[in-house]
Amino acid sequence: MESKHIKSDWLYTISPKKKLINLNFKEIWRYRDLLFLFVKRDIITQYKQTILGPLWYFIQPLFTSVIFTLIFNNLAAIPTGNGIPSFLFNLAGITSWNYFSSCLTGTSDTFKVNQGIFGKVYFPRVITPLSIVFSNLIKFGIQLLVFISFYIYFVFFTDTASNALPQITIILLPILILFMGLLGLGLGMIISSMTTKYRDLTFLVGFGVQLLMYGSAVMYPLSYFKEKLPEYSWLVAYNPMTTIIELFRQMTLGVGSFAFNNFIYAGVISVILFLIGLVIFNKTEKSFIDTV
Amino acid sequence: MEEKDIILKAEHISKQYRLGLVGTGTISHDLNRWWHKVRGKADPYLKVGESNDRSTKGQSEYVWALQDINFEVKRGEVLGIIGKNGAGKSTLLKILSKVTGPTTGEIKTKGRIASLLEVGTGFHGEMTGRENVYLNGAILGMTKKEISSKIDEIIEFSGCQRYIDTPVKRYSSGMTVRLAFAVAAFLEPEILVIDEVLAVGDAEFQKKAIGKMQDISRGDGRTVLFVSHNMSAIKNLCTRAILVEKGRIRSTGSVDNIINLYLSQMRKEKEDFESLERKGNGVIKITSVKTKSIGNDFHGTVGLPFSISFDISNNTNVKVCDVRLDIRIDDSLGQKYAWLSTSVIPFDVKSKNNVVKTISFELEKLNLQKGIYYVTTYLECKGEVSDWIQNAFDFEILDGKYYESDAKVPNNQGKILLDYSIKHS
Repeated sequence: MESKHIKSDWLYTISPKKKLINLNFKEIWRYRDLLFLFVKRDIITQYKQTILGPLWYFIQPLFTSVIFTLIFNNLAAIPTGNGIPSFLFNLAGITSWNYFSSCLTGTSDTFKVNQGIFGKVYFPRVITPLSIVFSNLIKFGIQLLVFISFYIYFVFFTDTASNALPQITIILLPILILFMGLLGLGLGMIISSMTTKYRDLTFLVGFGVQLLMYGSAVMYPLSYFKEKLPEYSWLVAYNPMTTIIELFRQMTLGVGSFAFNNFIYAGVISVILFLIGLVIFNKTEKSFIDTV
Repeated sequence: MEEKDIILKAEHISKQYRLGLVGTGTISHDLNRWWHKVRGKADPYLKVGESNDRSTKGQSEYVWALQDINFEVKRGEVLGIIGKNGAGKSTLLKILSKVTGPTTGEIKTKGRIASLLEVGTGFHGEMTGRENVYLNGAILGMTKKEISSKIDEIIEFSGCQRYIDTPVKRYSSGMTVRLAFAVAAFLEPEILVIDEVLAVGDAEFQKKAIGKMQDISRGDGRTVLFVSHNMSAIKNLCTRAILVEKGRIRSTGSVDNIINLYLSQMRKEKEDFESLERKGNGVIKITSVKTKSIGNDFHGTVGLPFSISFDISNNTNVKVCDVRLDIRIDDSLGQKYAWLSTSVIPFDVKSKNNVVKTISFELEKLNLQKGIYYVTTYLECKGEVSDWIQNAFDFEILDGKYYESDAKVPNNQGKILLDYSIKHS
């Protein structure tokens, strides 16, 4: 055919070939407004027609912390360290756990929830889970403010928080938050891709996230777990979320000591899971509409 | 066709689907497929698979929705894609708009493709009209800046100025569609893919929509691919057409030729009443239909008596008074001409409690112009839809004498013949 020399004119080609990672950053950048609008949609529609509205952002972690403090610290007497109020300890754990788990559950049904729109229009699919991670980041920001207010209260108006001091490592906090997001996003994308064909995983996500919380050192320090249940402690210790939550508490409250190894470990696991998620998500997005 | 004018080129596009339930057996097929891939062999399920024929029950679980589709589209062309339900048109558009990938083959394009497979995708009820315009526009590929520069035009075109800051959930469905179409109409991709969007909205808006589509293609020289069952819309808009049949391209050519080919093919296939696609609970069903004129089965004749009678299968002895039958007569372009119904004419009191076997509509003097007409039937039993068939059958009306004189009403001047008298003074 004589069309050989014209071939370079084609803008792009739609073909069944699947590259391992087919992320078109230029395209995602072109759709950045969509990302922004999705985030806006999530934020403004979530609490429409509720009386308390965004106050729910505050209420949920607050009440959970109160209950945790009552049950785990007052009743079960789990120690949270000298001079560190149990309530603050729990609030720190819950705030960081919430961000991870809302990213995970939010992205884990991306394909199922959006099949209507994915079946009609093309846009880079990865925009959708990204938007969930970003809108959760805003909620996380609000919850972090709650945490800070309580921190100020405990430090300046009570004398129970004598040892709760932010550490210099807090400068690494933004990176830690990035790890949380990547971890939740990565796992969520893996699950969402698998559930397009096999719905079994949706059941797992429901109670799995709940169970994982108990295995992520949210309401106890890892050191205490090691002391009490040494034979199972590796299970909790290898959980990257444990590491992240422990680091979060170390940075903000000075609980435990900072181990740079752990920081690297959490980062590497998060990035690996994120990349795996991305590959599977990419593979799925081309054909999921036929199997969902 | 000159090579440089071609903006889009489809080469050997095929698409395979798996029928039945995805779930049981999926994992075994996946494993088998993976095992073949590991050994460097071809996918075993690509070899099986039958052609895409909706009505015959095939042997294979796999089916080719599209097979070896090749076509080219020139810049500025409006290409109509027509075919029966399930012929593969929508699959083709889905591949074109990148919603799903082809199984084999490739499509090359020189321009950005935007699709309008269904208006209002991504509308969120809790957000206002204006917010939804932004969101929907962004989903369709516009940037915020582009939308902002056009927002006034979009709102004006939609005719929803008054409600634009009200949540969309308060809108009527017509208003939602107007707003959604307005967003899409102001998209500016090089290639626009449209599926059946004109079937919505009221007549005034449809006219506006068709006008806008014409502007897009003619005025702005945009390339459009257009799928519709509405033959008059295809005729109005398209410059060329493709007929898709059982997943393959049957023919390509001028709009008129393709429409005629499609219609004649539809006529041939309608003889078998049992296999028609229908909706409803099926308590009673139409089993056959007879159209009859004096001295002529099947055809009607202008100006002569005409009857359409239906045989109805009625296993549960449903009575006459519980049954309602509507029929609508359309022309080949989908224009609605007449609606006949047992609900507008009171039934005979004597036969009220009889068991329904046949229903027949009798016309004393057939007053439609010669041509081919399509009938949609709607059968209701005790207020519930029982048997509803779109384009159930068609019949032909032959030329005849309606008025006393031998002069004829020109066919293109009016389709309905009225009784009237003329007074001079």
